[in-house]
This record gives sequence, structure tokens and C-alpha cells, in this order.
Amino acid sequence: MIALFLRDLRLAIRAGGGFGLGLGFFLILAVLVPLGVGPEPQVLALIAPGILWVGALLACLLSLDRILALDWEDGSLDLLATAPIPLEGVVAAKAAAHWVTTGLPLTLAAPLLGVLLNLPAGAYGWLTLSLALGTPALSVIGTFGAALTVGLRRGGLLLSLLVLPLYVPTLIYGAELVKRGAADLSTATPLALLAGITLGAVALLPFASAAAIRINLR
Amino acid sequence: MDLVVSDLAVARGGIPVLEGVAFALRAGKVLVLRGPNGCGKTTLLRTLAGLQPPLAGRISAPPEAMAYAAHADGLKPTLTVAENLAFWAAVYGRHDIAPAMAAMNLADLAERPAQNLSAGQKRRLGLARLLVTGRPLWVLDEPTVSLDTASVALFVAAVRAHLMAGGAALVATHIDLGLAEAAVLDLTGFRARPQSAAGAGGFDEAFA
Repeated sequence: MIALFLRDLRLAIRAGGGFGLGLGFFLILAVLVPLGVGPEPQVLALIAPGILWVGALLACLLSLDRILALDWEDGSLDLLATAPIPLEGVVAAKAAAHWVTTGLPLTLAAPLLGVLLNLPAGAYGWLTLSLALGTPALSVIGTFGAALTVGLRRGGLLLSLLVLPLYVPTLIYGAELVKRGAADLSTATPLALLAGITLGAVALLPFASAAAIRINLR
Repeated sequence: MDLVVSDLAVARGGIPVLEGVAFALRAGKVLVLRGPNGCGKTTLLRTLAGLQPPLAGRISAPPEAMAYAAHADGLKPTLTVAENLAFWAAVYGRHDIAPAMAAMNLADLAERPAQNLSAGQKRRLGLARLLVTGRPLWVLDEPTVSLDTASVALFVAAVRAHLMAGGAALVATHIDLGLAEAAVLDLTGFRARPQSAAGAGGFDEAFA
């Protein structure tokens, strides 16, 4: 599993690996929104948490179809399925590698981009915390969607349609956590729900993903 | 270490292609599967490897004994030959890739990215993967595609060494490997009768 995790990281940073794709998208979005919305600080401060979270979510979505489709095309997935690693472990390792190459850079870059959107001063810590808590769920849910659509040619659209509704709870609680943090309100409820969604997804979805891959490999 | 198959029926896309397949493969032996295109060789091998369930019949094999090599080699184009091989070795919990590189004449290519290999060189790397698995039972699907005669000889030598070490191999192939000791099983006689196609598969397969 560690070997697979390291291989996926290495593939991501090699040429054409897609590392930076999500980050670049996130950067473009955060730069363009103030130009489109206008420079009023109050308006930007109001929409900043939502924009940053939507941007992080879409940036995650961009790279989902790479998680399993490439391994399916070159036959690695068949060979991994017959290898001594359980398929649940394969899926978990691939989701973890996706998070390290997508979710983690987004989390680290978000405070810098918050400046562009005039995010209120008290919200930076909450923004980083909410993304650190929420992006693992995005990677695990996305891997599940990739497992459902593995083997379909041009499955990217179907993948987005399947995954977006599953992303909605994470988006709502993540953005709500930042908004409440910015307004100095109690953050306990969205924090607990966001953490609960992530923990539940990390605990359960690898099994569902492995089952979906087994059916798709038949 | 014996692979024993009895009364096996396999389906591709919900349609039965083979039925009543029975054979036994003992340690130190090699069995060559033959049959025309589309007769179900790949489907049979995928079923034996556990990638799809059989329609009927029994497969008895020791656990964690099989190494499966399909048409695709599972290589990553941006990784070098040595990195690709070291990854598969690590997946099987092993670390020494030098003997496999030497056996498949890959030592000179170690640092070359897999995307710059020729088709035959890729195939050799795919076959070297078998050597690093350390598994006793090889299940090979057309292993000699795009290999030149010298490389086929390398492959046959690797299979012989594997058999000498107590391994076994099941090979689906169209060419004559020059393995005189190989037993041959022609799958033409095991084709599923057309009428058994009706009623199988369909909607219920999703809930099987």
C-alpha cells in the first residue's frame, strides 16, 4: 500500500501527472471572481467563504477521472486486483495520494487566496481548518465516483453528475463553518458535522469503492 | 501447489463461452491453452485469476499462489523501467529486481522511461514483473505478443527455470513456444452450447 501511495505521488509530480491542475484552477478562480463581482470589500467579504469552498470543490473534481481511469487503461488495475494488497487498501492508498496532491495544496494555498477575496481577518484559521477537515472527504467520495465509472469511455461527465450531489453536504458545512468563524458565531455544529462526514466517508467508502471496482472489472 | 479445475463454465458479457472445462496442473508442469480467437481463452484466465466469478464449476488452487499477466502490461509511461519493476516487486513484498532484469535482458534499459520503450521491450518488462512476484503459478495470456525470436527464447528459458524451481505455468498462446514438455489443451471442444445462452445474464446479473 505504501508502495502504491508513493508511486501515485511520483506519477503526479512527473510530466503530465496533473499535479498543480487543481491548484491552478483554484488560483484562476480566486483571481477572476473579484474582477467579475467588482471591488466592493463588503460584497467580497460576504461571498469569500462560499467562493473559496466552491473553488476547492471544483478543483478537486477536475482531477478525479485520473484516479482510476489511467490504471484501468494500462492494465494496472487488473494486476492490482490480483495482487496481494486488498482492493480496499488499493482504493484507500489512491484516495490518500489524491488528497496529498490536490486537497493538501488547496488547503495550504487557500489563506493566500483569501486575501484576494478580502476574507475577514478572523476567518483564516477557520478556512484552513475547514478545508483540512473537508478535503479528505472530497478525495474519498471522488474515488468512489471514479470506481463506479471505471471502464466507461468518456465517463467524466457521468462521474461529475454522480459525485456532485455527494459533495453538497461537505460544501454546505465547510462554507458554513468559515462564515460562522468570520462572524464570530459558535462553530461547534458545522465543525462536528463536517468532521463526521469526513470520518464516515473515510471509514466506509473504500469498501464501497472496492466492491464497485470488482463489478466493473468482470 | 496444484491447480485443479473441474466442470468450469465461464461467461463473457453475460453470454456463456465455455463449459465443462476440466484440467489439472501440477507443480513443475506447463499447460498450453489453444483455441481460435474469441473462444474464451482470456475469459477463462480472468476467471482463474479471480477477476470474474465462474458460472459453474470448481477452481481449486492454493491461496496467494497465482501471478496473472494480461494483454496489457500495467506499465506507467513516465516511470523508468527499474521504477516500474521495483513498484510491482514492492506490491508483492519483495525488493530484489536485479535477477528479473537480467533474465529478461533489461539491465541496459533500467533508467529509460517506459514511454520510450518499443512494444517488445515493454512486453519483456511485463514478463519481468512475473519473475519479481515470487508466485509459483503463472497464468499468462498471450505472453509472446510482439516479442522477437531471441526474446521468446529468453521467455522460454525463464519459464523453464520457473518449472525447475517447482513452479507451474498456464499459457494461452497461438505460437509454438518450443516447450516440448508442455501439455496442450484445445478449448474448441469446450465451447458452450448456443441454447444455454438464453436465459443467462440479463437484468438479474446485476443482483447476482
